[in-house]
Amino acid sequence: MNEHVLLGDEAVALGAVHAGLTAAYGYPGTPSTEIVEFLIRHAERHGRPLASWTTNEKTAYEAALGVSLAGRRTLVAMKHVGLNVAADPFINSALLDLGGGLVVVVADDPGMHSSQNGQDTRFYADFARTLCLEPANAQEAYDMTREAFDLSERFHVPAVIRLVTRLAHSRGVVRTGEARGQNPPRPAADRAAWTLLPSYARELWRGLLERQHELRAYTSRHGNTLSLADSRLGVVTCGIARNYYEENADDLPFLPSHLHIGAYPMPVDLLRRLVAHVDAVLVLEDGYPFVQRALGGVLTPPREVRGRQTGALPPDGELTPDVVRVALGLPLRAGLPPAALALPTRPPQLCAGCPHIDTFNTILKATRDLGARVTSDIGCYTLGALPPYSAVDSCVCMGASIGMAKGLADAGVRPALAVIGDSTFLHSGITPLVDAIAANTPMTVVIADNEVVAMTGGQPSAIPSSRMKRLLLGLGADPDHLHILDTHPKTVERNAEILRREIDHPGLSVIVTVRECIETARDRKRMRLAMAGATA
Amino acid sequence: MKYDIILAGVGGQGVLSLSGIIAAAAMQEGLSVKQSEVHGMSQRGGAVLANLRMAGRPVASDLVPLGCASLILSMEPLERLRYLRYLSPSGALVTSTEPVRNIDDYPELERVLETIRSLPRAVLVDGERLARKAGSARAANMPLVGAASALLPLKLDTLERCIAARFASKGQAVVDTNMKAFHAGREAAA
Ligand code: SF4
Repeated sequence: MNEHVLLGDEAVALGAVHAGLTAAYGYPGTPSTEIVEFLIRHAERHGRPLASWTTNEKTAYEAALGVSLAGRRTLVAMKHVGLNVAADPFINSALLDLGGGLVVVVADDPGMHSSQNGQDTRFYADFARTLCLEPANAQEAYDMTREAFDLSERFHVPAVIRLVTRLAHSRGVVRTGEARGQNPPRPAADRAAWTLLPSYARELWRGLLERQHELRAYTSRHGNTLSLADSRLGVVTCGIARNYYEENADDLPFLPSHLHIGAYPMPVDLLRRLVAHVDAVLVLEDGYPFVQRALGGVLTPPREVRGRQTGALPPDGELTPDVVRVALGLPLRAGLPPAALALPTRPPQLCAGCPHIDTFNTILKATRDLGARVTSDIGCYTLGALPPYSAVDSCVCMGASIGMAKGLADAGVRPALAVIGDSTFLHSGITPLVDAIAANTPMTVVIADNEVVAMTGGQPSAIPSSRMKRLLLGLGADPDHLHILDTHPKTVERNAEILRREIDHPGLSVIVTVRECIETARDRKRMRLAMAGATA
Repeated sequence: MKYDIILAGVGGQGVLSLSGIIAAAAMQEGLSVKQSEVHGMSQRGGAVLANLRMAGRPVASDLVPLGCASLILSMEPLERLRYLRYLSPSGALVTSTEPVRNIDDYPELERVLETIRSLPRAVLVDGERLARKAGSARAANMPLVGAASALLPLKLDTLERCIAARFASKGQAVVDTNMKAFHAGREAAA
């Protein structure tokens, strides 16, 4: 047995390697990015598994399905909102008769540290009628990932691992077990089991429904632990909530009964036994009141059920040891009083010298006094929404900038601009651009091309800047209204003139402003120097 | 034994490597450690907060509870003031005096420093100046570790070993600079 110090994300990745992983896919997104990063580094050193970034979460998921069709083990990693993008293949894949284990790791971000929403992946797993495991620490993240592959193969369903930011980015010691080899390739023989034609799909759906009681039988015995103690209070902890409960439990005047949930479908039998034993139930869960709602339902429950939905815990934000402490009825410990000085907030901002600054200055200059509406998208450039730029009017989800600018233009707004990064464009911006090109919508799309996925640490974009022009022409962009421009403080003036002209054009224009993210450019330079030093 | 640290700073200041060195030393001394970090958007020049917990028995919560931190370690004076409620009444504060003024409404530095000096058990070090004297401003987080080292429940040579290990891949000169900066901070705080 070996000991490693790992982030929750890394523990998942190593667990997958030791489970005989053949291939892994994902699109970078905080807090899930380190999973695939770890696997890519592992592959560079050991020649396996195959690990790669993909254009988006849906393509990642579909590639993983192919690996499973080949009878081999595969992992897909994404952040919670990424699962919305991959929802189509994800939900459908639960109906398939999966061969090689398929594990979907989704890192939720309750508290929205770096996300547009704080949705809870347990609902998605429930919706797909599949298994979901929720680790509480790095060790469990490792162990559960290994287990998830076995369960996926045993029940022929995709197995979900739900992480939250706090676990994904928490470092702890992990003891690892014996590594298992990869599955030999064994492509599925039964075509009908992989083909969701209505007649087959109905059959497969019945099969999945019939398997539900097997899944429930499994989670009533595994992954969940019930200890009946005092009958005044039953505490239900889910995943990482157990840590915050344990942090405070010693201070309670009595030992409550306790059910810890680490595996779903909901362990209904255990919940019933707990509820029958206690006067009141307190549900501690990060994210939505998933278990609490199941317990309370619509009818008045026979016992009092407290949780996020009743105000025992705040309805939003991530759990902390302190909100759990208050929910348990314990007094907060006093720290020093806050400083008398007013403390200004310090929002994140574009790095000094960032190419997006020049792009925003170009846009601001070109649209001055025009009353333009500018839709933005998701990436470093979203920071253009904040002062000193205050340059954009919206940011909703990956790719939405282009679709929304089309909607603005269709609704008669002039001028309508969309700002999107290269990687986001490839992720989800191409299809709405096809719509806009097909309709020759009077709008201007600005693709801020910094060659990487910068916000998550500089992962490569799916295709390099040099191929962007050909791609856009291939989509049907009008070559007379397509400009590839270097962006730099010195070119702001000239670029603004070109942009201004294109804004006046009564059809669709696409402007690509190109300069590499200075963070990755700096890293690359450092690497080159180090290499030169090593060979000198 | 239980020792909780709140580490504060601004994205890009090296708060995580500071946390990493102390965590590694705690682990070498056989303590249980949990270290919770911030990644992603928050790192772009925004306020950064990391939690480091070490104890003689398993650590439960990944986050430091209010009123429990034995130490607040901050790379930036203003950032340190944000987390006072986490500091135990007997806790100490170690902070660098060099401000990061990437916001318009940064309060007058003297008032920030005065507020810090008025707190019990506050240690101020000019991390950047000490690091520059040691050979490189890039080592500005080392004087902070040095200034905190007498407070930490860790042996000096364990910390030194972990610093050396951290920079070993960058060559002996970098190790020496960081070690010098570490000791400069330790002396400044003594
Ligand atoms: S990481 Fe790159 S793209 Fe993001 S703000 Fe910094 S320079 Fe700009």
